[in-house]
Amino acid sequence: MSAIDYGERIPNNVDLAGDRALQRALEQWQPDYLAWWHEMGPEASSSLDVYLRTAISVEPSGWANFDYVKMPDYRWGIFLAPRDEARRIHFGEQAGEPAWQEVPGEHRANLRRIIVTQGDTEPASIEQQRHLGLTAPSLYDLRNLFQVNVEEGRHLWAMVYLLHRYFGRDGREEAAALLERRSGDGDNPRILGAFNERTPDWLAFFMFTYFTDRDGKFQLCALAESGFDPLARTTRFMLTEEAHHMFVGESGVARTLQRTAEVMRELGSDDPRAVREAGAIDLATIQRYLNFHYSVTIDLFGADVSSNAATFYSAGLKGRFEEGKRDDDHRLGGMTYRIVEAVDGRLAERDVPMLNALNEVLRDDFIRDSVAGIGRWNRVLEKNGVAARLVVPHKAFNRRIGSLAGVRVSPGGEVVDEQTWRLHERDWLPTADDRAFVASLMGRVVEPGRFAGWIAPPPVGVNRQPIDFAYVRFG
Amino acid sequence: MEAAVIVTADATVEAQKQHLIDPEICIRCNTCEETCPSDAITHDARNYVVDAAKCNACMACIGPCPTGAIDNWRIVARGAAHGVDAQLGWDVLPPDDAPATAPAVAATAGAVPAVAREPRGPGATVPPASAAHPQVNLHSPRAPARAIVAGNFRITAADAASDTRHIVLDFGATPFPVLEGQSIGIVPPGVDADGRAHVARRYSVSSPRDGERAGYNNVAITVKRVTADHGGRPAHGHCSNYLCDLAKGDAVDVIGPFGDTFLMPDDPAANLVMICTGTGSAPMRAMTERRRRLAHGEGAGRLMLFFGARSAAELPYFGPLTRLPRTFIDVNLAFSRTPGEPKRYVQDRMRERAVDLAALLADPRTHVYVCGLAGMEEGVLAALADAVRAAGRDWDEAWDSLRASGRLHFETY
Repeated sequence: MSAIDYGERIPNNVDLAGDRALQRALEQWQPDYLAWWHEMGPEASSSLDVYLRTAISVEPSGWANFDYVKMPDYRWGIFLAPRDEARRIHFGEQAGEPAWQEVPGEHRANLRRIIVTQGDTEPASIEQQRHLGLTAPSLYDLRNLFQVNVEEGRHLWAMVYLLHRYFGRDGREEAAALLERRSGDGDNPRILGAFNERTPDWLAFFMFTYFTDRDGKFQLCALAESGFDPLARTTRFMLTEEAHHMFVGESGVARTLQRTAEVMRELGSDDPRAVREAGAIDLATIQRYLNFHYSVTIDLFGADVSSNAATFYSAGLKGRFEEGKRDDDHRLGGMTYRIVEAVDGRLAERDVPMLNALNEVLRDDFIRDSVAGIGRWNRVLEKNGVAARLVVPHKAFNRRIGSLAGVRVSPGGEVVDEQTWRLHERDWLPTADDRAFVASLMGRVVEPGRFAGWIAPPPVGVNRQPIDFAYVRFG
Repeated sequence: MEAAVIVTADATVEAQKQHLIDPEICIRCNTCEETCPSDAITHDARNYVVDAAKCNACMACIGPCPTGAIDNWRIVARGAAHGVDAQLGWDVLPPDDAPATAPAVAATAGAVPAVAREPRGPGATVPPASAAHPQVNLHSPRAPARAIVAGNFRITAADAASDTRHIVLDFGATPFPVLEGQSIGIVPPGVDADGRAHVARRYSVSSPRDGERAGYNNVAITVKRVTADHGGRPAHGHCSNYLCDLAKGDAVDVIGPFGDTFLMPDDPAANLVMICTGTGSAPMRAMTERRRRLAHGEGAGRLMLFFGARSAAELPYFGPLTRLPRTFIDVNLAFSRTPGEPKRYVQDRMRERAVDLAALLADPRTHVYVCGLAGMEEGVLAALADAVRAAGRDWDEAWDSLRASGRLHFETY
């Protein structure tokens, strides 16, 4: 089951050849996907030889095979984690029943919606990142960008397979629409807000992969608990790939901080202007980028009180993060959860039924995970003798979704009036000037082993290759 | 001091390769824990760690790790693997084998498979140009040298929390030539709970080459009684407690000597910059004592010492050290736990003395020695780099030169 058949046009471990109708449908979607990749995928990249990892099986030994690949030739395919015949639904009203191998009719619309929403983010992020290759700070980083891109493409394949295989004509139409929406397009935008924001520079890319791909991790973890077994198995395998994306973000920001700290030490100054003049990104700007990406990303978890979330859970469609490791009754009736909302100009906490607060539960899990990594970033500063620290903004800061939407809250968690917000917005969120400055540092570095001046080299290379390995070869 | 590489008492089965995750590179993505078929990987809010008792080195986790943090291995004595609790407290990995000590491991740990990666360290892999030629591996675990305890003195204050001892071992008629910076291995008698011979522990000699008492065939070591692990949790150091409890006249089995790079230059005009913490002072004492006995006046190289401890009371050799003339040695002490005062580490002192340090580092006759806990390496390197850069010179160039000419040495554990 786990062996991937590369003899097929579409590599897979789901016996695609045994279902001729499905195979034909996916083979019709494939050229549309490639056309989309050429139009909206990484710019000017088709002829490059990129040192990529490609899965050759879903067993641990087989899914990290490294070699040079031209990206349009990447073997996008359909890989599901091995099936556990005894698997049962382990939360919600139907807990204890065997996991579904087909879509139950009553959950069809909700499952399709979940899969489409997840699937839409995958091509969206590729679109958002498509120009970044032109300003990569090193071959190592360029390779990591492309690895992220091809794997997001594969995640799209994973969701499209589910749509084609289990949702009939509706599914095929949704799969086609995934290639028609465009990130940031006024008429036909991507579904979720954060996926219509620009990713204009590499600091934004690192923040995006740190925060927004981590949202992906938590969503996938919640879906990997699903009672719909094909969704659980698909997302389980996607998670192994998603980890690399968060690595790119976490290490990218850490290396940026390392370089900034070195420059501050060399200058003996923490003056942002001096740091900028020396060609590094000042900590205040990094903090504002962090504030932006953090706040935009936590909106992705949805409204803090949501009847959809309760429905998805009770129906067994979408669990909690690490559902299997929690020791409550996995039905949650009668339990409550504390949410934050603004009342009379200040933030207050309120207990709501936990079932309705599951978006908030997942958001708080995400926040804990994010904060730990920010602690590791701060260790970079500490080790370099820099006293300043990055700070996690309050979760009510800059929110646009849920009961905190539109409430003006400072990063410190203080409700402020519109005038105060306007006065301080430039201190809290990246300004046009910040973005212009960061953009001014973005020049392409393609000599093996060389890195742009604003970022430190990584401590180790990819797949034990040296840092100065030719991770990308130019025709 | 207890060194990073443990020389084993039994030549065939005692050493093992332990799988570790680098906490500095790991992003805590859970992929390895998810992948591991033996449930050997676990985590807390801080770290992901491998339980050596469960890991069977099947390598299933290596490919899926997105960061490379997973692929770290250390040779440890069987039964002395880093525990899960200790690993959960780490910010950095313990150091890899120093190249100087690798032959000793190879000679005694035949069961250990080849280590996949070349040892890489911040220090030189060659000795100073003018170093005397060292003798190594004269006495193996199978045929150790027998020494008699000539003295066992507590060298931290009686009321200090740590019990550190200066132990003098007399070899009588058995040849045991050592140079300053070398170490010897102590084999505790008896067997452990599993019936295996105890593993040997290495200690740097703290006496000069002509003996603790000049002209006698004796060697001094500095031993801290281990009552807690690096994370501060209670732990009983078998070998250190054995040594600290020895009485005058007791017999001790000793192997070695070990080490062929962390050696002092014989050139009397060479300058020594010595940076140490705790019992890392042992080789510094040996070198300082060597220089003191040579008593060169005009033209003698400078000695500069940066020495850190929790408090003055816990500083080994505090009394004798403070009595040395300032013209002979430039002593800079850093105490991290003096009540009512901010924590100070050796690198803080180094930064305060950056100008003098940079001047010494500019001299091709200057040799730098660092000995103490592994955690100090990075801070010391950063302080050296800053001192050099502040003097308008390129650190990478200076660093390369120090390493290539055997003038920068680390012994950390």
